[in-house]
Amino acid sequence: MNLAVRDILRHRWRFIQTSVGLGLLIAVVMSMGGIYRGLIADATVALTSTGADLWIVQKDTEGPFAAASRLPEDAEYRIAAVPGIAQASGLSFQNMQVSRFGKPLRFFLVGYKLNGLGGPPVIVAGRGIRQQHYEMVVDKAMKIELGETLKLGLNHYTVVGITKGMASVAGDPFAYVTLANAQDIQFKTDNDAIRNSRARIAQKMSQVATLSPAQITQLTPLVTEIAVSTHMVNAVAATLAPGADLKEIQESIQRWNHYRAISTAEQEKILTSGMIQKSKMQLGLFRIILLTISAVIITLIIYTMTMEKTRVIATLKLIGSPNKVVAALILQQSLLIGLIAYVIGYVIVSATYDKFPRRVELVAFDLEALFAIVMIICVLSSLIGVRKALKVDASQALGG
Amino acid sequence: MHAIEVKGLTKIYGKGHTEVVALADASLTVSPGELVAVIGPSGSGKTTMLTTIGLINEPTRGLVILDGITVVDGSWVPGLDLKRIRRERLGFIFQSYNLIPFLTAVENVIVALNLNGVRGKEARMRAVELLDKLFLGSRLKNYPTELSGGEAQRVAIARALANRPKVILADEPTAALDTDNGKNVMELLKKLAVEHNSAIMVVTHDSRMVEGFDRIFEVHDGRITHEPVRT
Ligand SMILES: Nc1ncnc2c1ncn2[C@@H]1O[C@H](COP(=O)(O)OP(=O)(O)O)[C@@H](O)[C@H]1O
Ligand SMILES: [Mg+2]
Repeated sequence: MNLAVRDILRHRWRFIQTSVGLGLLIAVVMSMGGIYRGLIADATVALTSTGADLWIVQKDTEGPFAAASRLPEDAEYRIAAVPGIAQASGLSFQNMQVSRFGKPLRFFLVGYKLNGLGGPPVIVAGRGIRQQHYEMVVDKAMKIELGETLKLGLNHYTVVGITKGMASVAGDPFAYVTLANAQDIQFKTDNDAIRNSRARIAQKMSQVATLSPAQITQLTPLVTEIAVSTHMVNAVAATLAPGADLKEIQESIQRWNHYRAISTAEQEKILTSGMIQKSKMQLGLFRIILLTISAVIITLIIYTMTMEKTRVIATLKLIGSPNKVVAALILQQSLLIGLIAYVIGYVIVSATYDKFPRRVELVAFDLEALFAIVMIICVLSSLIGVRKALKVDASQALGG
Repeated sequence: MHAIEVKGLTKIYGKGHTEVVALADASLTVSPGELVAVIGPSGSGKTTMLTTIGLINEPTRGLVILDGITVVDGSWVPGLDLKRIRRERLGFIFQSYNLIPFLTAVENVIVALNLNGVRGKEARMRAVELLDKLFLGSRLKNYPTELSGGEAQRVAIARALANRPKVILADEPTAALDTDNGKNVMELLKKLAVEHNSAIMVVTHDSRMVEGFDRIFEVHDGRITHEPVRT
């Protein structure tokens, strides 16, 4: 027979109310932990799904995800030629927002080569891209059906496949097109703009005294071609040959090719410590605040419950209960409230986490750590009540 | 050996102007299995006598020996585990029953047994047996609020007797009951005390309740005024 449980059962409605309230707080704390894990997962899913060991980006940048990076498409061939590199392919990445049925549709557009790295890792419906042009694979979160079309840049793209769980650092779902299409969408200017550029280039060249008008006429299309080239990528992803030394290859690319070679591990650090650091701190702060509120609530409820039990405690002492029996009564009630609240919180989060707008990942370690923290809070919160209970004198049971 | 031996027991509340001598120089002995009553008007010091003997209230001076253990010698004897003596050797019964409201009748008795290390089935068996003897066999699972005054007090008697203490102290156990219920409760208390060979000291202001006691003391203003009256 457990006194703590018996007392609680006698006041079960109030106990349930308190536990549900605390359970909601714990659910928020728990989901914030899951949101943080989701941020990390979103930040790194592009890295891990590509299967690349190295990311070659524009010199002195932390691209392509955390910062802008541009390099010529043919860099791919030069990287592939570096000893120790097994495969290298250019990729383009781009945040996009288009209007669809009058509503904004945000996504993260990946351009990849059909036989290269960085394509959709898993197709859950439909098929992968087979045509060089105007096919796309989208993430399930975009809520676009197979066979629908989407206008990107100047052209319409047909959805041929669906992926799942692919999202960017910002939480936007992924969409995939071929690199050539992505370059069109990202870099291609319309004919008017090209005509304008050409006129501007011709005008600049006419100021160069050593060029004859005939030379200018010949040079202008060539210069324009280079100036408005769409043959750019944001990064080259590369895999290493078995046994190749990562550090050595990174250094060699940096020295001879004037690009920055970021390992996947470094890239992960850039993304998690840089981009989501503030979110992490923010979430952490909220969690501390909510846990503090929980501690205050538990303290108050345990204190009230103890005060209401003064006479019971005095009677227990009068019939000879040792202090540890009295202290255990209070402590166990506190732990029970915490335990039930935790279970309620867990049930709420488990039932809802996949309906959150952003990815929420429940990690066993986080759940265990939170449980331990809740239990510690319960112990600390019960201390004031326990102190009060130990001070009750047996003679308080008399009279009345 | 006496069950209770009291010499010169004195309790003074407060100091100076507010000083109240609640108990003055009380001396008495009670033998094992003896039924003793203490009667006196309200405010005469009966409760004080009981709580100082029962290790709930620390006396100002005097000597108390319970079941062979010197518990008060001028003040509480240092180093004694008073709670342990209370739970092992003393049983208390009060006017206000003092049952644990969130426990059923049978659980209220089990609590006392648990405190002395009697657990599980054994504790339940003993509690049920005792409550049966007090005609509460059909009220085992009722909460105190669902019991009549007489029933509640009988549960309290079962709790006090559960550990077969050497000494039972009862403070106006019938004051909240009507005369018939009061007499009934008192009879059961006496019967069980005799069965358990417990010394029992009942204080009351109601002289109708003291029939059948071995000795009766009278107190006035904290003093025992009448030598024990044999009935
Ligand atoms: N805690 C206390 N503080 C001060 N005076 C008290 C206290 N308890 C009892 N008294 C006084 O001691 C006297 C005896 O009280 P009590 O032992 O309760 O008498 P009884 O039980 O016979 O009614 C009374 O005058 C009462 O006012
Ligand atoms: Mg009294």
